[in-house]
Amino acid sequence: MNLRPALPSLSRFPESFPATWRDGLNTELAPDAVVVAWLEVDLDERLNFSRTCIVLCERELLARRADSAQWEHWPLHDELRLGHFDHAGIGTLELYDLQQRLARWRYTLEQNLAAQRLIKLFESQRLAIATGAPAPIDNNDVCPNCKAPLPPDEDECPICTRVEQTPPSTWTLLRLWRFAKPYQGQLLAGFLLMLGSTAATLVPPYLTIPLMDDILIPFHAGQHIDPAMVGLYLAGLFGAALLSWGLGWAKTYILALASERIAADLRTTTFEHLLQLSLEYFGGKRTGDLMARIGSETDRISVFLSLHLLDFATDVLMIGMTAVILFSINPSLALVTLLPLPLIAWLIHLVRDRLRTGFEKIDRVWGQVTNVLADTIPGIRVVKAFAQESREAKRFRDANQHNLEINDKLNRTWSLFTPTVSLLTEIGLLVVWGFGIWLVSKSQITVGVLTAFLAYIGRFYARLDSMSRIVSVTQKAAAGAKRIFDILDHVSTVPEPTRPIHLENVTGAVELREVGFRYGSRSVIRDLSLQIRPGEMIGLVGHSGSGKSTLVNLICRFYDVTDGSIRIDGVDLRSIPVAEYRRHIGLVLQEPFLFFGSVAENIAYGKPEATREEIVAAARAAHAHEFILRLPQGYDSLVGERGQGLSGGERQRVSIARALLIDPRLLILDEATSAVDTETEKEIQRALDNLVAGRTTIAIAHRLSTLRKADRLVVMDRGLIVEVGGHDDLMAREGHYYRLYQAQQRHAEELLLEGGAL
Amino acid sequence: MSDFTLSRNSFGRLVLITNDGQQHEGVVAVRAFPIAAPDEGVSLVSTDGHELAWIARLSELPDNEQTLVQDELAQREFVPEVKQLVAVSAFATPSQWRVNTDRGATEFTLRGEEDIRRIGQGELLITDSHGMNYRIPDLFTLDAHSRRLLDRFL
Ligand SMILES: Nc1ncnc2c1ncn2[C@@H]1O[C@H](COP(=O)(O)OP(=O)(O)O)[C@@H](O)[C@H]1O
Ligand SMILES: [Mg+2]
Repeated sequence: MNLRPALPSLSRFPESFPATWRDGLNTELAPDAVVVAWLEVDLDERLNFSRTCIVLCERELLARRADSAQWEHWPLHDELRLGHFDHAGIGTLELYDLQQRLARWRYTLEQNLAAQRLIKLFESQRLAIATGAPAPIDNNDVCPNCKAPLPPDEDECPICTRVEQTPPSTWTLLRLWRFAKPYQGQLLAGFLLMLGSTAATLVPPYLTIPLMDDILIPFHAGQHIDPAMVGLYLAGLFGAALLSWGLGWAKTYILALASERIAADLRTTTFEHLLQLSLEYFGGKRTGDLMARIGSETDRISVFLSLHLLDFATDVLMIGMTAVILFSINPSLALVTLLPLPLIAWLIHLVRDRLRTGFEKIDRVWGQVTNVLADTIPGIRVVKAFAQESREAKRFRDANQHNLEINDKLNRTWSLFTPTVSLLTEIGLLVVWGFGIWLVSKSQITVGVLTAFLAYIGRFYARLDSMSRIVSVTQKAAAGAKRIFDILDHVSTVPEPTRPIHLENVTGAVELREVGFRYGSRSVIRDLSLQIRPGEMIGLVGHSGSGKSTLVNLICRFYDVTDGSIRIDGVDLRSIPVAEYRRHIGLVLQEPFLFFGSVAENIAYGKPEATREEIVAAARAAHAHEFILRLPQGYDSLVGERGQGLSGGERQRVSIARALLIDPRLLILDEATSAVDTETEKEIQRALDNLVAGRTTIAIAHRLSTLRKADRLVVMDRGLIVEVGGHDDLMAREGHYYRLYQAQQRHAEELLLEGGAL
Repeated sequence: MSDFTLSRNSFGRLVLITNDGQQHEGVVAVRAFPIAAPDEGVSLVSTDGHELAWIARLSELPDNEQTLVQDELAQREFVPEVKQLVAVSAFATPSQWRVNTDRGATEFTLRGEEDIRRIGQGELLITDSHGMNYRIPDLFTLDAHSRRLLDRFL
């Protein structure tokens, strides 16, 4: 008998704590101890896949490897530290005190969030012990779904979104109903028409019975043919053909219209949703992939709905109706006729399945061929400059050769397919012939009935091939639908406020309060506070990678802060409608992007209703007016891809004009002059001086000299603000800024010297 | 003789002392060509990302330092070798793969076929949804079942 001691209150374990670790741990913990946090790491010290459980209680940290029975204990004390870092997909958690490292655990990044949470709770427990004050209650949100900790300020669970990455299921197609619903009337009408037209196609074989039994056979028996009867039957045949033609046309037309509209709605909805998503989403996706999803996947779904699904439904209806008719004429012959059907269907499916994997392979190989093209054509200048044409040609030839081989292999099976289907059909007919003749010889059925049967099954055996296709096209369409719903289901990480605050007049005071930000698990900005007065110009400097652009992205709200808050005129950015907020921002980037269209349209991009006078005034202020006039069609010249080529400096000035035209309260220049030569820079600088006047400006510049007009310089290093002040002030301090400046001066002098030596 | 000495401190960190007496703690060893030539070109990098020393060939180092560097590399390198594909959840991606590797059995999610990279004759590198890499040294030495599964993705 197993007399267990009364269980210590069950609540000492969090609900999600795995049972495998629970049993041994119960006896290991002090009677009143409660598990505060736990982590199951999936690698061992030598990086083999093996689990280890780490448990944090109020007074100690415990760990046990899956292959050991022993729990290790580390009592918490003031000098105990838990740290983590990650590299190349593995995280490391280290426990150490002031003298040495006590333990180390490894995990794949899947567990990173849980690890960070463990560290956070460890810190608060440790502080509680050190200070004697109780640890703050952990109010970190957990995913309602899987109970895993959520990343701060995000309501999307990283684990559940991963689960959502399940392979496409055919049921996804049902979700298309949301888009089909507005067209349900048309769809119903189409279905009824389909019913009618299918029924009409089944009339002619039926008429072969009287044609045979009442006219042809009696004729052989010596009776004469009654032309009136023949005329009647022929008219029946013609009428049925005509009816099925008309109904078929109406059905196809109505359903094609509806499905095309469904696909169009799907396309627009997806694109509109996509535009609302945050930059983070775009950062993780390839342009080609997104384009394919919105373009060809919706098209594939439309073809599926209007063609394959329609055909399939027709075929099923036909087979159903035929079966009913056959059984009503003669059940035993009907049974024999229909028996080989499942077998034939299964055989066809088998061959198809092999073909399908082959076709998928071809799809992928085809992708490789196009990839070579996509690589080479945009990079043609590099290819030619390094005289590598023959290498690229070889790459293409190789890809093509691969394509050829795969195709050859598939064609062996493919060429077998159609003959095989015919063979199976013939065999099916053979069975019916044999059994039918036997029945006729027993006078069980008439010759007319046998002919009718042959006519009926000839029809639907032929349809079996197209029916077998439904499996693969459905799978493909389901995959397409899933890829689209992936976009539609994605919630923007920069959400619209639920209770928006509208800003009437923006003065442009920006306040950053203890801002922290991570890209995924990587911390890029830490504890950053800064107040910017209305109309002030801030120069943001620091080494490349110190987080300047990231800070600007946060201020533009391309991303939301992970900790702290950003306020404009005292209002948190997250409570202002996104589009409304962005209207107050003028952004000039290092790589100006011009859309395909005229120069004027590009300048007026942010304010399409701008008058021509306004556009010209903005261009003048941006020092773009004169070069625009030199273009062959002036302001109407086409720019952007395929259009009139503009130089880097010219593009930049167009983008400055664009920012000027919307008259923003907050102006952001991210390395706006870094990509151009010194001459052009001067020109742009003059344009910028116009832009800056009277606005809150945040300017990032690689060349420190460009920032001479800044009221304050903010020096960043590894995500922190290290210095703030005017140029002279910072030079006097001989700190970070001083060193940056000195380095640039030296560099400039070296350039001068080299120039002199030439 | 090399112009530095390496040792490991009680925190488990690699310490590099240059001949002019400068001491760097927490030195990280990085292979320059982890795939193409893993044994050539190992760089010792300081915590702030500056190169401190370049080892053209690991065999040039004294034995004990060689072990230290090898250990350090082994700690950072994690490219399990797939020995067998046990099952895949679907032939359409994303697909959940169950595999046996030289480091034990595990599961991962393949996000798309393009995450399988051919690096040489029969050699494949698979990147999972977390950016972790798995290697198949020779496709043709896998068992028939694994090869059949894999073939659907190639
Ligand atoms: N989309 C991104 N995902 C992950 N890391 C990023 C991303 N963008 C930038 N980073 C990283 O954040 C750090 C700061 O980048 P950034 O703000 O662009 O620097 P700066 O503009 O000061 O040169 C860099 O280390 C960079 O690698
Ligand atoms: Mg930048």
